[in-house]
Amino acid sequence: MKFDKPATDNPIDRLQVVGQPHDRIDGARKVTGTARYAYEQHDVVANQAYGYVLGAGIAKGRIASIELDAARKAPGVLAVVTAREAGDLKKGPRNTACLLAGPEVEHYHQAVALVVAESFEQARAAASLIKVEYVAAEGAFDLNAAKDKAVRPEGDDPSLNDTHVGDFAGAFASAPVSLDETYTTPDESHAMMEPHATLAAWEGDKLTLWTATQMVAWGVTDMATTLGIPKQNIRIVSPFIGGGFGGKLFLRADVLLAALGARLAKRPVKVALTRPLMINNTTHRPATIQRIRLGATKEGKITAIGHESWSGDLKGGGPEVAVQQTRLLYAGANRMTAMRLAELDLPEGNAMRAPGEAPGLMALEMAMDEMAEKLGMDPIAFRLLNDTQVDPEKPKRPFSMRRFDECFRVGAERFGWSQRSAQPGRMREGNWLIGLGVAAAFRNNLVMKSGARVSLDAKGIVTVETDMTDIGTGSYTIIGQTASEMLGVDLDKVVVKLGDSAFPVSAGSGGQWGGNSSTAGVYAACVKLREAVAQKLGINSTEAIFAGGEVKAGNRSLSLASATEAGPLTAEDTIEYGDLDETHQQSTFGAHFVEVGVDVATAETRVRRMLAVCAAGRILNPKTARSQVIGAMTMGVGAALMEELAVDKRRGFFVNHDLASYEVPVHADIPHQEVVFLDETDPMSSPMKAKGVGELGICGVGAAVANAVYNATGVRVRDYPLTLDKLLARMPDAA
Amino acid sequence: MRAFSYEKASSPADAAAAAARSPDAKFIAGGTNLLDLMKLQIETPTHLIDVNGLGLDKIESSPDGGLRIGALVRNTALAADERVRRDYAVLSRALLAGASGQLRNRATTAGNLLQRTRCPYFYDTAQPCNKRRPGSGCSALGGFSRQLGVVGISDACIATHPSDMAVAMRALDATVETVKPDRSTRSIPVADVHRLPGNTPHVETVLDKGELITAVTLPKPVGGTQIYRKVRDRASYAFALVSIAAIVQRDGSGRIALGGVAPKPWRVETAEAELPRGAKAAAEAILADAKPTRENAFKLPLVERTLGAVLAQARG
Repeated sequence: MKFDKPATDNPIDRLQVVGQPHDRIDGARKVTGTARYAYEQHDVVANQAYGYVLGAGIAKGRIASIELDAARKAPGVLAVVTAREAGDLKKGPRNTACLLAGPEVEHYHQAVALVVAESFEQARAAASLIKVEYVAAEGAFDLNAAKDKAVRPEGDDPSLNDTHVGDFAGAFASAPVSLDETYTTPDESHAMMEPHATLAAWEGDKLTLWTATQMVAWGVTDMATTLGIPKQNIRIVSPFIGGGFGGKLFLRADVLLAALGARLAKRPVKVALTRPLMINNTTHRPATIQRIRLGATKEGKITAIGHESWSGDLKGGGPEVAVQQTRLLYAGANRMTAMRLAELDLPEGNAMRAPGEAPGLMALEMAMDEMAEKLGMDPIAFRLLNDTQVDPEKPKRPFSMRRFDECFRVGAERFGWSQRSAQPGRMREGNWLIGLGVAAAFRNNLVMKSGARVSLDAKGIVTVETDMTDIGTGSYTIIGQTASEMLGVDLDKVVVKLGDSAFPVSAGSGGQWGGNSSTAGVYAACVKLREAVAQKLGINSTEAIFAGGEVKAGNRSLSLASATEAGPLTAEDTIEYGDLDETHQQSTFGAHFVEVGVDVATAETRVRRMLAVCAAGRILNPKTARSQVIGAMTMGVGAALMEELAVDKRRGFFVNHDLASYEVPVHADIPHQEVVFLDETDPMSSPMKAKGVGELGICGVGAAVANAVYNATGVRVRDYPLTLDKLLARMPDAA
Repeated sequence: MRAFSYEKASSPADAAAAAARSPDAKFIAGGTNLLDLMKLQIETPTHLIDVNGLGLDKIESSPDGGLRIGALVRNTALAADERVRRDYAVLSRALLAGASGQLRNRATTAGNLLQRTRCPYFYDTAQPCNKRRPGSGCSALGGFSRQLGVVGISDACIATHPSDMAVAMRALDATVETVKPDRSTRSIPVADVHRLPGNTPHVETVLDKGELITAVTLPKPVGGTQIYRKVRDRASYAFALVSIAAIVQRDGSGRIALGGVAPKPWRVETAEAELPRGAKAAAEAILADAKPTRENAFKLPLVERTLGAVLAQARG
C-alpha cells in the first residue's frame, strides 16, 4: 500500500480496540518468565555451549602477541576464537569499528577473543588465562582538546550540511537582546537491563541466531556482509528484547562471536556481553559541545538563531546531530546551524534514544530559558511568541500538525506554573530550595516502510507475522489491537508473532518510528485480507463492516471464519510512503514541566514532580504510550542529574563501566509523574494517524530539570549532568 | 572465577585454623562483595570457608550496658533491632543508607567492615592498581577520581572505604572481637582495624592471616542526637560522596566521623573540640591534611556545608 495522500476515514477510526488502554498481551508471559529472551533460549537447540568475550585492555594500538595455550587447556574449553581463527571478515555497513580486533585495536574493550566452554564459568575462567601483549599507540580521547581540529562530517547526507538562512551574523550583531553561550553534554550509555546476547547455531551453511536486536533485517544484512555469506543463509529470531534505546540497533560482537564460536566448536554457542563490555565494547551517545546564539527584539521576537555542535567519533563514524531540532522549533528569519566532527579513539558513538534532539534540546531549551530571563519574559510566553506553523527555513512548507502552544497552555494550567517565582531562589521549604522549570519537547516523526503478513484460520483466529520487534515498548499489543480493529475480532482472537527474519520486513524499532510504521504495515496487510475475505464471501469489500467476528454488508451477516471454508486465507502487504513527509514537516511536540528541590547545604537535587504534555498524533494505546513517556522522562532525569560516562583522557576509555558507578535514576529518584496526551489525529502520518512518542518523552526533560534547578538556586550550570559539585561553590548561604 | 574448594566451618576457631592452613583461603559470609570480586577475578581464593551457621548471628546486651553484635548479623536485622534503633540510632540510620534492601538482607556486620573499595580502577583488571597488583601503579591518581579519597590517602592509592555502617561504628567507638588460628582472641578498636594505604595499599586491615571477626561490641549508649547524613548523586543505592555520622550532645560537644573521604572511616577526635565553634572550624580540623585531586576537591566544602546542616539539625 502506498500512502501518498492524507488518510481519510478508515476502520481504525472506530477506536473499539485501537486507542484503548489494553494491558500488554505479552504481559503474562513476561511476568511468569515464559517470554524467552535471547540468553534464555535453552530448548530451541540441543547441546548449547557458552562463550565469553575478552575485551582489549588498551584503547588504541596493536596486538603484538596473544597466548592461547593455557586457555585452550583449561577445563571444559571447546574452542578459542581470535582474529586468526576467524579468517577473513568484512565490516558491516552500519559498524564503524570492526567487531573483532586483531592485529589492530581500535578502541578499549574491542573484542580480542572468545572462549567457548561447556559452562559459562569455565569460559570466563579460561578467558582470564589468555595473555595478550599490546603495543599501545597514542590516541585522541578528549573532545575539548580535539575540537579545533573537528571538520564537517563526511558523507552526502544533506542533514550533515551547514545551514544558513538570511543574514545570521548581521541579525545577531544588531539584535537588541542577545545570548551567546556554550553548553556541554557528556557521553552516555544506554544502560538497558538485558545485555547484548546471542545464541548461534549452524546447520550446514545455514546459521540461526537467537538474539536481542531492534532491527532484525539490518542484523541479517550486516551479518551476511561481515561473514561474506548469502543473506538467505541467515535467520534471526528475536521475539523478546529487554530494552534497547538504540544500543541494539546494530550488529554487535555477541552476534558475530557466537556465530564464529559455534562454527569452530561445532556446537551451538551462546554469548552475552558483560556490563563493562556493553559500555566500552558497544555504542554510546557521544558527548557534545554546543554553542547557541540567540538574538531577539526587546519584545522577544527571535531575529537570529544559531546552533553549532561539536562531537567526536572513531574514524569513519558520524556526529551527534544535536542541531537538527533548532532548524524547526522556533521562528526567526536569520538562522544557521553547523556540526563539526572530531576524530576520537573512544568506543564507537551512535544512536541513543532521540539521537540529536535529546542532547540538542538540553542545550537549546536551557538557552531559551536564559534568553527569556534576559528579556524579562515568562519562559512559556517567550516560546509561544516564537511558535511557527511552518518550517522556518522553508515558510511554504507547513507542519502537518503542530499544537505546540496547547501543550504549554494545558501543562501550565495542570502544573500550576503560575506558582513559579520569576526571581530565582525565592521558594524554600525547610532545607529545600524549590524551583520550577519548563522546556519544549520536540522530535521528528519518521515514517518507514513496513511489511506484515496476516492470516485467518477456520476458528476465526487472526495471526499477524512481521519482523517488527518489541523492545519493551508494547509492539505486540498495538499490533494486535490494529489487527483486531481491522478485522472486527476480539483481541484474544489475534496471535501476534514478531522478531523473525522469516517474516515480512518491518520498520523495526528505532527513532520512535516503530509504533506508527509497523501498525501501518499491519493495517495494509489487513486491508488486503479484508478484500480476500469479502471476495470469498461474495460481498463488496468497500461496503463490508467487520465487527464482532462477523462481516456485514447490507442485510447480510456472515461469520468471518466462514471465509476460510476452502482453507485459511493469508494476505501480505507493505506500507510505503509517498512524499507527504516532504510536502509537510512531520514532528511531535510536547512540554515538560519539572519541580525540583535542591538541598541548600549540599546542593543535592531531587526531582519532586514532573508533567509531560504530548501532541503526537493518535495514541494507539494510552497505557503502553504512557509507559514509554514516563520511562523517557526518567531517562531525561538521569541525563540532567547523574548520567555521565567518565572518560579517562590518558587511557582512553569509559572508566565507570558498571551500573554501580554509571548511575541511572532509581525508584527513589522518580516521584510523581503525569502524562497528558492531547487528543489528536494526524492524517499525514499514516492510515493509523499516529506518530512516535517513545523518544518525544525524553526530549527537553534535561533542560526542564536544569531550568528548575536554576529557578530554585539562581545558579546556572551549563555542563551536564548537574551534579552537586558544579553548583556548590555558587550556592547561596545555607543559613 | 577460578575453581575453588569449599568447606563449612564448625566453629569460629576451626574456621580460623582452616584459613591458616590454606595459602589462598577466604572466609565467605554474605558474599555480596566477595562473589562479585571473584567473578571479576580480582579475588581469586582457592578455598572458601563458609562461616554462616556458626551461631554468630545474635545481638546481645553486654554486662557493661553495651551491645554485642555477632559478626554474622545481617545488616537488615541490625538496623531493625530495637536496642540499636533506640540507643544507637546513628548506626541504624547508616545501615539503612547503604546498599539496597536485598543486599542488606544478605550482607553481614563483619563483611560490611571488610568490604573492599569501589574505586573503578580497582575493578578493571586491565588497569594498573597498587591495591590489586602491588607495584603496578595507581591509575586513579590523575584519572577519574571524583568519588575517591581526599584524606588519609597516599601517592600509592586514593581509594576510599565504601561502608556506611563502619562510619557510624567509628563514631560509636565500637570494638571488633576476633579469634585467631591458635584460638586466642583479641579486641581491636574499630578505629584501628583498617590501615591507611601508605606504600602498601593492598594490606587493608591489621587482621592476621586466618584471623576471624566474631563480633562487634558497642559501649554503653552515649545518648545525644544521632544523625547519619549521606550525600550522594542519586537518592538511593549509591556510594557516598561524603557522609557524616554525628552524635551531638545538648552542650554542643559531640563526635563526628566521615565516610566517602578516606581509606577508612575518618574521625579525628582532637578536632571535635572545635565543634562548639561551628562547622567550618571543625571541618578544617578534621580534614587538616587533605590532599584532594582537582576532581574531588569539592568534597572539602561539601563536608563543611553538610556538617553545618547536621549541626543545625542537631540543634533542632
